Amino acid sequence: MKIRVLVSYKDSVLDPQGQTVKNALHTLNYDCVKDVRQGKVFELELEEVSPEKVEEVIPEIAHTVLANPIIEKFEWQVIEE
Amino acid sequence: MKFGVVVFPGSNCDNDTLHAVRDVFEQEAEFLWHKDHDLKGSDCIILPGGFSYGDYLRSGAIARFSPLMQEVKEFALKGGIVLGICNGFQVLLELGLLPGAMMRNKNLKFLCQHVYLRIENKDTPFTQAGHEGQVLRIPIAHFDGNYYTDRKGLKELERNQQIVLRYTNEEGYLTEEANVNGSLDHCAGLMNKAGNVLGMMPHPERASEAILGSRDGRLIFQSIINYIHHT
Repeated sequence: MKIRVLVSYKDSVLDPQGQTVKNALHTLNYDCVKDVRQGKVFELELEEVSPEKVEEVIPEIAHTVLANPIIEKFEWQVIEE
Repeated sequence: MKFGVVVFPGSNCDNDTLHAVRDVFEQEAEFLWHKDHDLKGSDCIILPGGFSYGDYLRSGAIARFSPLMQEVKEFALKGGIVLGICNGFQVLLELGLLPGAMMRNKNLKFLCQHVYLRIENKDTPFTQAGHEGQVLRIPIAHFDGNYYTDRKGLKELERNQQIVLRYTNEEGYLTEEANVNGSLDHCAGLMNKAGNVLGMMPHPERASEAILGSRDGRLIFQSIINYIHHT
């Protein structure tokens, strides 16, 4: 089973890298881009786990290791059964 | 007294730090390997600067899981003196011994330069050799030194005088240009509530001898030595 975890800054936290990307896009005349938030993607390959276990273990992993909950939030999805 | 300097893969200020406390201050000092479980009787643990684990994931995020860090955490919770310098500060934040987190510098540049710091609280084991309002000139070298905590957390820090060092200009004023990395409230050095753990982004070990251009960093080590000798 493959899980994708997306980690990004909380909305309340300024994202200087995202801002810089946005400014670069504006320089290229992509004026339609209103905002950019940058994040990280993790793909975790799991073996022999029940769907219940996944529900339990993925948020735990994301919270304790992949994201720093003080400044970051995460979301996850199953990308391969 | 004895200093223990923790070595992670990717630490690169470990030798400078050991040199400062052992050769400049003539104290007993030893390296502590991150995989061990032994603090070797140290009175003060220093987490040195560098790029532990290549700064993978987030600065300090992996070092936090090193076996030795469990002993360091216990040592700190029992009141032991712990100093985190630069990457060591980042590790202390990830470990939860200090509140908040580090973000990329506001200008997205790696900053390697001398900065000025003002002592905001001298009643700490790390600054007692100085006086409040004293300005120190000590270098920084980091990419992620932009301190962040939420509004509630900041109030708490201010109430307890936990922000021990702030970035100022040479005259000791809090100007925006002086806050080079964009840290919240100009925070350059932060202490835990109990007052026995300090994290600071500037490198006192790089400012402990005249040949290095500044001796102002000596104040930090001298304070710790005085403190340990009087307790």
